[in-house]
Amino acid sequence: MVTNQIQTLKLNLWFGNNHVLHDVSMGVTEKKITAMIGPSGCGKSTLLRTFNRMNDLIDETRISGKVLLDGEDIYRSKADVTNLRTRVGMVFQKPNPFPKSIFNNVAFGMAVQGKFNRSQIEDRVEKSLRDAWLWDEVKDRLNESAMSLSGGQQQRLCIARALANNPEVLLLDEPTSALDPQSTSKIEELCLELKNMVTILIVTHNIAQAGRISDYIAFMYLGELVEFGETNKVFTVPQDKRTEAYLTGVFG
Amino acid sequence: MTYRRLKSHIGINLLRLCLAVTALFLIAFLFRIFSKGLSVISWQFLTTPPKNSMTAGGIYPALVGTFWLTVTSIGIAFPLGIMTAIWLNAYGKPAWLVRIIRISINTLAGVPSIIYGLFGMALFVNMLRFDVSIIAGALTLAVLALPMIINASEEALKSVPVDFRDASLALGATKRQTIMRVLIPTALPNILTGTIISIGRVAGETAPIMFTAATFYSRRLPNGIFDEVMALPYHIYALMTEGTKAESQVPIAYGTAVVLLMLVLSISATAIIIRYRIRKKRKW
Repeated sequence: MVTNQIQTLKLNLWFGNNHVLHDVSMGVTEKKITAMIGPSGCGKSTLLRTFNRMNDLIDETRISGKVLLDGEDIYRSKADVTNLRTRVGMVFQKPNPFPKSIFNNVAFGMAVQGKFNRSQIEDRVEKSLRDAWLWDEVKDRLNESAMSLSGGQQQRLCIARALANNPEVLLLDEPTSALDPQSTSKIEELCLELKNMVTILIVTHNIAQAGRISDYIAFMYLGELVEFGETNKVFTVPQDKRTEAYLTGVFG
Repeated sequence: MTYRRLKSHIGINLLRLCLAVTALFLIAFLFRIFSKGLSVISWQFLTTPPKNSMTAGGIYPALVGTFWLTVTSIGIAFPLGIMTAIWLNAYGKPAWLVRIIRISINTLAGVPSIIYGLFGMALFVNMLRFDVSIIAGALTLAVLALPMIINASEEALKSVPVDFRDASLALGATKRQTIMRVLIPTALPNILTGTIISIGRVAGETAPIMFTAATFYSRRLPNGIFDEVMALPYHIYALMTEGTKAESQVPIAYGTAVVLLMLVLSISATAIIIRYRIRKKRKW
């Protein structure tokens, strides 16, 4: 039996009195792409953010159940959240490079860890930029502001920045919804390449995108994990009526 | 002409008139000060002490005094102000404490400057026994500058997109690292602009230093921060209210006013240039 890299067990989450996630139990397979789809407000982004504990930033967040990463509960009382976030990287909907140089953006994660020397950082920055297919475009201007890059380049910079921490898992929260079609397809191809290195979880509103790149699909509706399975199975023979309705565009 | 167009015509011209009146005041004001004071100014005026009980000579000690008062007070108020703003912006708990601090800051901002003078005298001069000195005046001015610096810094910190904070935390940075490496560097230009504007205010204040730092006649420079000093705004006040030879004192007062005005205007201009440069550069 394959053990899952991430496993949630009866995960419930509340923002104040708002019950956002209902008994979600889901396993994420290593070095595959798992897409999370569902209508707006269904809790897919919230579920994604439980994997690197970004929901902790919201006041009055309560959680029950477990989230295991490599078999260890990331919500256990002595868990090191900063260490977790270096193991589970995240890329946001809107490209959000820091107003720093391209180099310093990618080096940021290593710099805050404070345990790498200059040449290690330089090597990793180059590798990460290559892995994010950005190296050739920026290698001559690493000291220029990241703000000078185009939107698509900025998003790949954010991917490189996350990769520089050598994460096991990469969380992508609608990474292409602010991008033009060309940049979008580039990032989709990049995901297919990156899954050799990291486990990818992607939240997307774009069903076609989920179909193109994902190995597994999680369909969420009103805070419940309605259906989970291999993408081609879910797409061809959905088990649940609601999944079928969503995939065929009855609601969304 | 239709009724609607007439109405907008009248409205626009009314606005123009208001603008013209405002501009007129400024121009008349500057013209008066400069026409009376510019002729007094010379290299000697700026670099020599006053002579013959302020009826002749220059303003060098007052220039130096204002410099030290301003530098010392901003040196005190800036770190205090920026740290307060960071606490309010990034920590700010519990809510009731934040509310009390905010009310205090806003009240402080509305206090008339002469009250600061009395407060400074009571606390720094008498109670803490600093006497009339640079340090007592600078502390008083620092209290006056604090609300301005706090408010400017808080605005600057608030304008940093929350995306940057999220990105930093998601990369494994601690809260402290996020504040030090992302929040402050991003907000710093705007914090500095706000601070520079308050430097201008501090340099020009008279009432707070009247009882705490300023002496109206001194031929020598201060020996240290526990020494009293002359200061430009107070020097103007002294020239216009003390002494007996108005005909020779009034031109010196105008000359001093020009120097003070140029000083404050150039400080503000620096702030405007910095802000302009930043606005051009940033794109988020």
